[in-house]
Amino acid sequence: MKLRDVLFPAVAVLAAFLVGALFVAAIGDSPIETYRLLIGSAFSWPDGVGYTLFLATPLIFTGLAVAVAFRAGLLNIGAEGQLYMSAFAAAWCGITFARLPAVLLVPACMACAIGAGAMWAAIPGLLKARFGSHEVINTIMMNFIAVALCGYFTQYHYRTPGDPIMETAAVGANASLPRVGDFIPGVPSRIPLNFAFVLAMVACGLVYVLLWRTKWGYELRATGANPFAAQYGGISTGRQIVIAMAISGGLAGGVGINEVLGYRHRYYDGFSDNYGFTGIAVALLGRNHPVGVFFAAILFAVLSRGGIAVDAFTVHVTRDIVQILQATIILFVAAEAVFRGPFRKLGLLK
Amino acid sequence: MIELREISKRFGAVTANDRVSIRVDSGTIHALVGENGAGKSTAMRIAYGFYTADSGEILVDGRPRRIASPADAIALGIGMVHQHFMLVETMTVAENIVLGAEPGSAFAFDSAAASARIRALSDEFRLAVDPDAFVEELSVGQQQRVELLKALYRDARLLILDEPTAVLTPQEVDELFASLRGMRAQGKTIVIITHKLGEVLALSDDVTVMRDGKVVGRMKTRDTSAAALARRMVGREVLLRVEKTPAAPGDVALEVRGLSVSGRHNALAVNDVSFVVRAGEIVGIAGVEGNGQTELIEALAGLVPADRISGVVALRGTNITSLDARTRRELGVAHVPEDRQKRGLLLDFGLDENAILGVHYRPPITAHVGHVLLDGREIERRAADIIARFDVRPPDPHVPARSLSGGNQQKLVIGREFELHPTLLLVSQPTRGVDIGAIEFIHRKLVALRDAGCAVLLISAELEEVMSLADRLLVIHGGRIAGEVNPTKTTAEEIGLLMTRGAA
Repeated sequence: MKLRDVLFPAVAVLAAFLVGALFVAAIGDSPIETYRLLIGSAFSWPDGVGYTLFLATPLIFTGLAVAVAFRAGLLNIGAEGQLYMSAFAAAWCGITFARLPAVLLVPACMACAIGAGAMWAAIPGLLKARFGSHEVINTIMMNFIAVALCGYFTQYHYRTPGDPIMETAAVGANASLPRVGDFIPGVPSRIPLNFAFVLAMVACGLVYVLLWRTKWGYELRATGANPFAAQYGGISTGRQIVIAMAISGGLAGGVGINEVLGYRHRYYDGFSDNYGFTGIAVALLGRNHPVGVFFAAILFAVLSRGGIAVDAFTVHVTRDIVQILQATIILFVAAEAVFRGPFRKLGLLK
Repeated sequence: MIELREISKRFGAVTANDRVSIRVDSGTIHALVGENGAGKSTAMRIAYGFYTADSGEILVDGRPRRIASPADAIALGIGMVHQHFMLVETMTVAENIVLGAEPGSAFAFDSAAASARIRALSDEFRLAVDPDAFVEELSVGQQQRVELLKALYRDARLLILDEPTAVLTPQEVDELFASLRGMRAQGKTIVIITHKLGEVLALSDDVTVMRDGKVVGRMKTRDTSAAALARRMVGREVLLRVEKTPAAPGDVALEVRGLSVSGRHNALAVNDVSFVVRAGEIVGIAGVEGNGQTELIEALAGLVPADRISGVVALRGTNITSLDARTRRELGVAHVPEDRQKRGLLLDFGLDENAILGVHYRPPITAHVGHVLLDGREIERRAADIIARFDVRPPDPHVPARSLSGGNQQKLVIGREFELHPTLLLVSQPTRGVDIGAIEFIHRKLVALRDAGCAVLLISAELEEVMSLADRLLVIHGGRIAGEVNPTKTTAEEIGLLMTRGAA
């Protein structure tokens, strides 16, 4: 990572907080007090930290998903649909093979989640490689199909009769990942932070190694950087497109693991708080690098968690301030050129 | 007419122009020569208002003027024709020319008036262009005339031409020069930016030579010579001719039999082409760009889908027609593509990662865990090797290829492909946009590779280049081989005729 890769996002976040402070002050609260609430509550122990990291988990997965696709020159707008498919597949596996022992059932559910996400993403990849149809259109459309398919199977095949909520029956008791309370004494078991967060960190490491230390990653990045040169170097760009989409979808599948095995233990219709779309913002802020994605996901989770406290404990400001902050961060990241001139003058950039 | 006085311009740490003074007299043709990166384009872009100088002043007709934008320049009667044309291909010639200065009222465009005015201009300056033709239907030479008309339409008295002959055939160059002389006769002033010394001598009245951002010489053209200009430009003696011994051709390395390649719109871009290249010889292919050279070399490199190809390509007797690019490379085919930025380089990757493109998937680049992981030290070593042997600057394997000058990018590509010790080297436009010093270097390397027993197929739009490098010379026209000539006995005129009219 180069200096600029840290500098631009950091300045964008700072600038966004400054703009946010203006809004807070205009509404009539103290910016300092509001930000103290926001940050403080997100890092309180154990609830703040537990929930913040729990909320960061899906964003790490989707951020990585978008970043890997982006490195191959693809815009995966379909992480949302991929994570729905993966959550449903995990729940299906957990329900269908409920009697299996945990050593078999947990890996099986994970494989289903990752496989479903990968497959769902590989379809637009294939369409692009074979027919040149644009992945943005196809991934967006497949989001709707995924949500509708999962809803249909929940409603007509996997819902417990009499259950008023749109959700499947519970998965087998063995289809469960340990929660933070199981490891650290004194942390209540209601805090849903679970082993999937560790998986998310491992995924960051794996993505880094894959992209920058293996020949596969080289071919994937070469395809994204310049497909004509990649072909010239003997790389099958069509194959790379399909592979990159599948990896991207598999990463989005991590959300299904967190949701089903770590949190609700069932498929719950409409569970995603737009994780797939927020993942685009996370990848953008994290400069499509796993380390950046990790910290960007934490930041977005802090905003999301801290917003609750801001809502409850300030007089005027509502949690919508979080939306303003998120939006201004993205604006400033996108408007990188605004900072380039001043940075050069300060000698921070060449 | 125009005078630049003590103009300086810096881009970051690079001083592009260092107290540059250039004086162009009215009614003359002035050549501005220098290697790439010498600062000649920068100086002229300052004159045209693209850049503003950090210091110094510009005088037009003896009066100091502020030229902050091209609009200011146009108002002062300065026009510029860029190396890469700025035309809207789907519009007519007339529409392109009047774009931004349309005759008629605010709501109605008077296209008849536009056409009439353009017809008058093109008659006056003998630039035969039909105002109602669509730009996409025009040849490159005609498109250039449209660019000239664009400037003349805006009443330019001074025309600046940036490398105007780079894309033209010998005949088109002659026509352009005739037009430019005609304009001079009518009182126009012309500045031509070039690094081709023959053109300077043939066309210009005065010369200004630049090197490393400074003016290093001003002279009357009649008082100088090609060798003297080259010495000024490069700062040392330069061999303008390629030194080589007669070829000692060996076995047939590449055999092409009845090769046809369909291009876009399913028309045959290469039409029933047959030839051989032997080990230890350089076979040149001359031709106007767009006559099938690109498709031919890409087909030989394995970059054209099989369903667009018919005929046979054989490497040392093995039929490779249906093999992909990777397998062909493994069999000893190396390829220096005509467009290094589009085909040859990953511009955002470092020099190190560019140095391994094509061999990135196999030992010694890969190591550990079933040859999946890349060996960072090996990559670095390979890059350092190429950088050292081919004098790539800056010699830092971690800078992105994008930050290199065109000549250094080309040396990187050439180094990468030469280091493969290929059986067959496909090389296209090896010295395009490369300065004289580097051209000499690349030519020597090509001859050395030939002498080491490599078969070389050389495609170049530079007639001088193919004539001096090739041991045998084929001329391509309309996708067919129009003829073979002996490069030591032929003349530019004979090749030029084959290039434009095909076989007699």
